[in-house]
Amino acid sequence: MSDISLPAIASPRIRWLRRYGLASFGAAVIVAWALAAISAPWVIRHDPNFVDVAMRLRPPSASNWLGTDALGRDVATRVIYGARVSLTVGLVVVLVGGLFGTLLGAAAAYARGWAEEGLMRLTDLVFCFPPIILAMAIAAALGIGTVNTAIAMLVVWWPKFARLSRSLVISQRSMEYVEAAQSIGFGPAHILLRQIIPNSVGPLVVLVTLDLGNAILVFAGLSFLGLGTVPPTPEWGSMVAEGRELVQQWWVATFPGLAILTVVMGFNFMGDGFRDWLDPHANRR
Amino acid sequence: MPTAAEPLLPAEPLLQVRDLRTWFLTDSGPVRAVDGVSFDVHAGETLGVVGESGSGKSVCAKSIMRLLDEPARIVGGSILFKGRDLAHLDDEGIRSVRGAEIAMVFQDPMTSLNPVLRIARQLIEAMTAHGRFTVAAARRRAIDLLRRMGVASADRTVNSFPHQFSGGMRQRVMLAMGFSNEPSLLIADEPTTALDVTIQAQILDLLRELNRDLGTAVILISHDLGVIANICSRVLVMYAGEVVEEGAPEDLLTDPRHPYTWALLHAAPRIDAQAEDRRLITIEGQPPDPRAWPSGCRFRARCPFAVEKCAEHPELLQVEAGRAARCWVTQEGGALNTPQRVRAVGAAPVDSPPSVPILEVSNLQKHFPLAKETFFARQRVLRAVDGVDLQVMAGETVGLVGESGCGKSTLARLVTRLHEPTNGRIVFAGTDITHASQSAIRPLRRRMQMIFQDPYASLNPRMTIGEILAGPLILHGIAEDAAAARARVAELLDLVGLPRQSVQRFPHEFSGGQRQRVSIARALAVGPDFVVADEPISALDVNIQAQIINLMVDLQERLGLTYLFIAHDLAVVRHVCDRIAVLYLGKIMEVGPAAALFSRPLHPYTRTLISAAPVPDPRVERTRRHVPMKGEPPSALNPPSGCRFRTRCPIAEERCAREEPPLLEAAAGQRVACHFPGRLSDTNARDL
Amino acid sequence: MIRYVISRLVVAVAMVLLATLVIFLIANTVPGDPVLSALGDMAASDPVQVAEFRARWGLDLPLWQQYWLFLERLAHGDLGVSIASRRPVLQDIIDYAPATLELATVAFILSVLVGLPLGVLAAVRRDTVIDHVARAVSLVGVSAPTFWLAFIALAVFYGWLNWAPGPGRLDPVSFPPDRITGLLLIDTALQGDWETFHDAAAHLVLPSIVLAAATLGLITRTTRAAMLEALSQDYVRVAKAKGLRGWLIVVGHALPNAMLPVVTLGGLAYANLLAGAVMTETVFSWPGLGRYTFRSAVAVDFPAIMAITAIVAAIFVLVNFLVDMSYALLDPRVVKK
Repeated sequence: MSDISLPAIASPRIRWLRRYGLASFGAAVIVAWALAAISAPWVIRHDPNFVDVAMRLRPPSASNWLGTDALGRDVATRVIYGARVSLTVGLVVVLVGGLFGTLLGAAAAYARGWAEEGLMRLTDLVFCFPPIILAMAIAAALGIGTVNTAIAMLVVWWPKFARLSRSLVISQRSMEYVEAAQSIGFGPAHILLRQIIPNSVGPLVVLVTLDLGNAILVFAGLSFLGLGTVPPTPEWGSMVAEGRELVQQWWVATFPGLAILTVVMGFNFMGDGFRDWLDPHANRR
Repeated sequence: MPTAAEPLLPAEPLLQVRDLRTWFLTDSGPVRAVDGVSFDVHAGETLGVVGESGSGKSVCAKSIMRLLDEPARIVGGSILFKGRDLAHLDDEGIRSVRGAEIAMVFQDPMTSLNPVLRIARQLIEAMTAHGRFTVAAARRRAIDLLRRMGVASADRTVNSFPHQFSGGMRQRVMLAMGFSNEPSLLIADEPTTALDVTIQAQILDLLRELNRDLGTAVILISHDLGVIANICSRVLVMYAGEVVEEGAPEDLLTDPRHPYTWALLHAAPRIDAQAEDRRLITIEGQPPDPRAWPSGCRFRARCPFAVEKCAEHPELLQVEAGRAARCWVTQEGGALNTPQRVRAVGAAPVDSPPSVPILEVSNLQKHFPLAKETFFARQRVLRAVDGVDLQVMAGETVGLVGESGCGKSTLARLVTRLHEPTNGRIVFAGTDITHASQSAIRPLRRRMQMIFQDPYASLNPRMTIGEILAGPLILHGIAEDAAAARARVAELLDLVGLPRQSVQRFPHEFSGGQRQRVSIARALAVGPDFVVADEPISALDVNIQAQIINLMVDLQERLGLTYLFIAHDLAVVRHVCDRIAVLYLGKIMEVGPAAALFSRPLHPYTRTLISAAPVPDPRVERTRRHVPMKGEPPSALNPPSGCRFRTRCPIAEERCAREEPPLLEAAAGQRVACHFPGRLSDTNARDL
Repeated sequence: MIRYVISRLVVAVAMVLLATLVIFLIANTVPGDPVLSALGDMAASDPVQVAEFRARWGLDLPLWQQYWLFLERLAHGDLGVSIASRRPVLQDIIDYAPATLELATVAFILSVLVGLPLGVLAAVRRDTVIDHVARAVSLVGVSAPTFWLAFIALAVFYGWLNWAPGPGRLDPVSFPPDRITGLLLIDTALQGDWETFHDAAAHLVLPSIVLAAATLGLITRTTRAAMLEALSQDYVRVAKAKGLRGWLIVVGHALPNAMLPVVTLGGLAYANLLAGAVMTETVFSWPGLGRYTFRSAVAVDFPAIMAITAIVAAIFVLVNFLVDMSYALLDPRVVKK
């Protein structure tokens, strides 16, 4: 008969922290950025577009926390204002594209037959085009600008949601609770909208969260290439482009990029946290 | 003879488990899955371990082989195997024991084999891992083993991939793997639970032979008393992490000395006896929560024989020579009597012929086109239901029985028009619903409802019980307003024996049996006359099965329901049904009154099915005439010509390949599709 | 098996054609006039010159005829002539492709060589230091914008520390080798020009690491997830019960199953690398397809844009096709008897 020394039972708080600590941190980062972006016009003193050539390329100091750029504009202010564009575009592209793609995919999957096949081929086709290439083509055709770039991104963004929602609906449509609903007499629209989709929401939420970061990355990249925002609108990607050659004045390009990094990491943490929350098998302890 | 390293004294056990405790050390506290289990296994013997889910039998088996990962840990006790304590052996030591001296076969043959590796590779590595065979020698031995296990064309099929094998064949491969290093002990954890009953019979036969020929000791774990009675020489019954009874099956299964064993015996319907009453003797409730075992006797809360002393935790004590039980009541030698069966009021079966057929099905067919592999490939068709004629009269219970792939589930869905038939006719309550639109059928759905098999998948996890039950009421306009709906929902919950507070709860908060009650309540919400039950109890533990059967029988009497009861378990079907139809590969082989079908089965398939179903009484098992069914079920994509059963039929003749036998009346009320009905079983009732 | 290959091939070809149609329609039904950018303001106001220009480039024909011409030329391997550079687009592509191919391939190999073992280790040693490191690395890789990483890498390792050479494929003073394949590493090795080989390799280091970052993150995460999934399967428990050694189970049983999703993802990642190295190429002044695409887009150079998109679509389709084939090889359930 051996003596058993049991490990201490971790308090619920510690357990929660282990599982969701990182995700909460990510959420906090995002919330902080969102608040900063929304409140910027009222809280920040500097004007992001105020050009003062005399103050150009100053390193970080007490008056300019992150330094000034080639036109003497305050980098810190422009970084905060840049969040407004990035977060907005990211939200719009992912939410609109996501909603459209999800509904299309779900309907096609439930309808089966030609509708489903057609959808698959269509998404395959769109997948042939990497976002950058298509965005460039559309931007070239429509002209440069935030809205046009967002449109270009939307075109390539919806298929992955359609694919995901299709596979979710496929796994749900043969579940017995769906058959039960059918045998009670509920119609297909009711079953799809009120029964299947609510049960498929989880992985979609995870994808939306992760994709918000992705969209911001792509948009910043397009702006970096000159296809996104039009100057003088502050945007992280174009700010990095402006500072690209300025190796000595590293702050001009570094801080906007850091902003992108923190925001995208925040979304990634949150997305991972959602995924763990959804999957009961993910954790053992 | 076991190739043991050290010679064993005949009296010394091969395996000695003493006070084994395996706990799951989770963040929310220890789960004492195995809580002080002791037993011996002698060389060459077969030990059966019986228990329901949560009893700890599987954890116990895995502990022997040290196959449990964190947070599970062996926190106490010893496992002496040939003199070494496996519980405290180092990693390399236990690795050398696994697969070589002790082997294990698991429950699910479909997932036990790695899908991307060939069978040969998986067999060979079992042998080369312990350095006893070279690759070439291992390969030859693998083919020999497969042959021994009954796999056809072993030299060719050894190079196949697992997905090309059926479930039964895969389990034979697992057995081959298990025996490949000539272990002294084989642990089989529910090896036949996932298999059809005829395949199960083949595997159990195989296991018995191997035990006899090779002298390997076997620990067979199962929840099925019949399976245990079939091949074991000693039985352990486990409940709540402990052994509650131990003894020889002849004694244990006829004269149980622990109330739990007693409950198990009475909860399981018997295939060899006609019950006077359809209600089974069952105990209430569920097994206790392993996170907090109750004090005193752990079975006390559900025990019909409990006395005051049961507040004290009993030890496992000897009741007779070779028998032990953990019970105060039987400790002094007392036996447990079968109580008088309480006959429900008005339970006498109605003998007058039922009036109208509520369901009539003629030549019903359902063919599923399968997805084409490539654009150019031929279109393959799965003939799930291929010409079925059936009638269900009002008030009766008709059973549909068959093994996997026979089409019974598809038939259930055709009858309720979840699928549209490819051919044939369905007439429900006088209305032809064969090709009616869903909106035309909707009003009829008030009279016809369905109960599904999987209690976990048949309830929408995001809806509360109240919402699930109110849904049908609102859709069909049965409840005028929310208050009326609430009232009716409360009534329904009472009807199925669930507490009224369940309305706000979600399905995941309930056990399997309770969820099935919700399913039944949902089906009854609209007040149907006809209920199709698709394997309603297959996913439940034996005791809970009995509760649900009793509930369904009660409801039938109170509400005047007609049932179409689909199952694969013959004993249940015999117990519950008036008439039974036997399906094979999409066609009915035989249909007739339950009693007649079982006492004098006319179709060879029925005969072999009945013969394959295990009976929890070793004496009956040993004196039964066993009719083996050879081979594997044919593919539904390409059924055999003529009589579909002929490829496995013991009395098939040349005529059977040419002509398909029609379903004809051969005896009163009994119809058979066979050229030689009754030839296989010119026997009397005794000879099941 | 043959039928599977052929049917997949047919689908692939159809996809490429559809893709070209799509881009053709986009290019021609939206505003943006190549005439303007090619001729410049002065000439564009002269209707005669404009008409000449349009006639020369076939811009005055009906849409479907233009598309048909495009397909015809495609069948002959003629991808049209770039309006901006006045050279056959095919020639442009041949000139620029090898740089991208070399960079993308090196980056991909790097990310697989590091990412795959890292993912496996992270799964096997779950929740230990190595797992957390792996997850942190992959997270940063996936979250950091490539163009920014490129800038940081260049600024730190070239501008500040001077460990790495500057932008471009070779030092300005180096003599490029004779062009055999266009891939510098191969060409210099074939000609025994080891000095230039080292120079080319040195110039590859930074951009390939930068480009590899995101793919590395992706591969690590996917491998880890796939391995965790495979390790939780029943057959792994059976392998353990047979007495197989730990690493044999991981590599022999779990890994072959985990490879399936990783290969799919890896293929897509490689295609993305080939097609989308724009930003890295821009920062490192890499004369590759990415930069060429960008310049063509800005100049609204229709023939170039269409040809590039056709190429990119073809690459994607080809990679998908290869992934499908490898799936058929890796997963025996795919092509059933």
